[in-house]
Amino acid sequence: MTKSFSTTGIAAQGELRGSPGYPTEARMQKGAVAVIECLQEIPCDPCEAACPVGAITVGQPITNLPVLDESKCTGCGLCLAACPGQAIFLVDLASTDGEAIVAFPYEFLPLPTKGTPVEAVNREGAVVTSGWVVRVLNPRKYDRTAVVYVAVPREHAHEVRSIKRERFQQGAG
Amino acid sequence: MRIVDHPILGKLAQDRTVTITVDGRALEAIRGETILATLLAHGIRKCRTTEKHHEPRWFFCGIGRCTDCVMTVDGVPNVRTCVTMVRQGMVVETQTGLGEDGGGES
Amino acid sequence: MTRFQVLVVGAGPAGLAAAIEAATAGATVMVIDENSAPGGQLFKQIHKFFGSSAHYAGIRGLDIGRKMLDEAQSCGVEIWLDSTVWGLFPDNHVAVIRDECSMLIEAEKVILATGAYENALSFPGWTLPGVITAGSLQTMMNVQRVLPAKRMLMVGAGNIGLIVSYQAMQAGMDVLAVIEARDRIGGYAVHAAKIRRYGVPILTSHTISEAHGAERVESATLVHLDDRFLPIEHTERRIDVDMICLAVGLTPMAELAWMAGCQFAYVPEAGGHVPIHDENMETTVPGLYVAGDITGIEEANTAIDEGRLAGIAAAEALGYCSQDEASGRKALVCERLDELRLGEVNRTRRTVQRILQAQSSGVQQELSDVSPQRGRSQIG
Repeated sequence: MTKSFSTTGIAAQGELRGSPGYPTEARMQKGAVAVIECLQEIPCDPCEAACPVGAITVGQPITNLPVLDESKCTGCGLCLAACPGQAIFLVDLASTDGEAIVAFPYEFLPLPTKGTPVEAVNREGAVVTSGWVVRVLNPRKYDRTAVVYVAVPREHAHEVRSIKRERFQQGAG
Repeated sequence: MRIVDHPILGKLAQDRTVTITVDGRALEAIRGETILATLLAHGIRKCRTTEKHHEPRWFFCGIGRCTDCVMTVDGVPNVRTCVTMVRQGMVVETQTGLGEDGGGES
Repeated sequence: MTRFQVLVVGAGPAGLAAAIEAATAGATVMVIDENSAPGGQLFKQIHKFFGSSAHYAGIRGLDIGRKMLDEAQSCGVEIWLDSTVWGLFPDNHVAVIRDECSMLIEAEKVILATGAYENALSFPGWTLPGVITAGSLQTMMNVQRVLPAKRMLMVGAGNIGLIVSYQAMQAGMDVLAVIEARDRIGGYAVHAAKIRRYGVPILTSHTISEAHGAERVESATLVHLDDRFLPIEHTERRIDVDMICLAVGLTPMAELAWMAGCQFAYVPEAGGHVPIHDENMETTVPGLYVAGDITGIEEANTAIDEGRLAGIAAAEALGYCSQDEASGRKALVCERLDELRLGEVNRTRRTVQRILQAQSSGVQQELSDVSPQRGRSQIG
């Protein structure tokens, strides 16, 4: 795998699109699909076990990069919560109103609230656009990794990977 | 400052408390925490001053190895505050240098 | 004098795993730990572990810790806390301080699972209140639930530096930068990605030249390094921080093994001096085993499996397990260990294992050269 991700933690678009976990644009246009940004061979396979429809394959050895079968993926989002590296997202380009939906794992307080506006950030944490929170899922089975869905202008769908973290006030010490 | 809520650890239970004094000041401590944790909860950033140059020291390893965090506790000097649990009525003092053995068994 | 069949020093992941295996096989097992709570580093690890989903991957370290503790207790393992093992004498006589009394405990097999300690990095101002180790911050945040500061600089971009930076943000701190002397991140790329996403810069080829402040850390001076790790003139810049965390490596805590007369190898990639062990995790002192970071710095999941190996081997040596059964179980554990050490990112770990194996066979070769009839049980 190429230098950028392993050196800096930031994957270049070329690295991503070439990886076996990245779906096609056409599939994203059909509806929510998992986008796996796991580009380094490390021994790890919970994503495979988490998928209820067998759309992710790691196999043996477990350092294999996860392979996404985009035709099987239903965009359920279970893998987002399961990935210990928080390297999986959902992208949904199906909407016709100019907005895309991007989902990402989120383990900070405060958890964003449905309907509120947010500043959406790229992989380097730079704010690239504003958006709003469509949904926040944090069921017990996600084991405290919430999954946040934000709507952003479509042209930013491939950049947005989280929201600007609001500083949590702990209150009087 | 206390971490009263945490995305993974949840809310902090603060109901079981004891009171200790640090340099004469009564501080609320949570049962089961270390003396150092109580100091940090109350924003105290010094444990002792060094013998020769009177420089402030706080903590370093946090796990009982380095002895940076020692204070005089109930009259006994050089107590590692990062691994010593609070007790009701405990008397903790900022230590100067190696401290003085003012109590306890020598 | 108290006697146990298996005495484990250290109630962290390696020690608990060893105790569980030995006790399950039928031995009487005691675990001694100087801390007031068991679990070693496990209860500080609030993140989900990597590895194989068949074995703990995807589960948070603290939850693995709880499961192991329950299992150890239900196997009848006796655990002594607040008890410090300060000496290891011939014939596995272990010296312990407990309740301000010193005592000697005799054990047929001893397993050292004492882990490691964090390295320090000294620079002008490093003694100021506010310069601490990364593990220390982790203990304060995740175990003691207190925040010592608000604005932190992390020194070191290995897995510990990256993970603790993330956890610092979860606890409510700002991480102003992670600096790394090498020209690349040392830890997993995904750990770096997780903090880059929240705007934390990772400055490779940088080091800290000074910490400033009157009574506490108030700022730090960073400097750019060239490809020989030397500071480049006029590249200094200051950042405002009130805490500096050092994540600059770990060193095995192997004093008891030294004391017992184990042969060591110096393997920098493993963290320094490590006791030589064979495929049973047994050192060159018969009946003395090692498991976890004391054998070389790795992770919690390898510590657990090394502990299992030592526990199975000790039980086998005591006669609680047939050679065939032990062989089968050890093979499964070794398969998992090999799996955890795969990948380019883990190449150094495999090199370490090869060096240790070579050292171990070298020792065994020497012994059989000296006297082919003499078994290993005759040394020491």
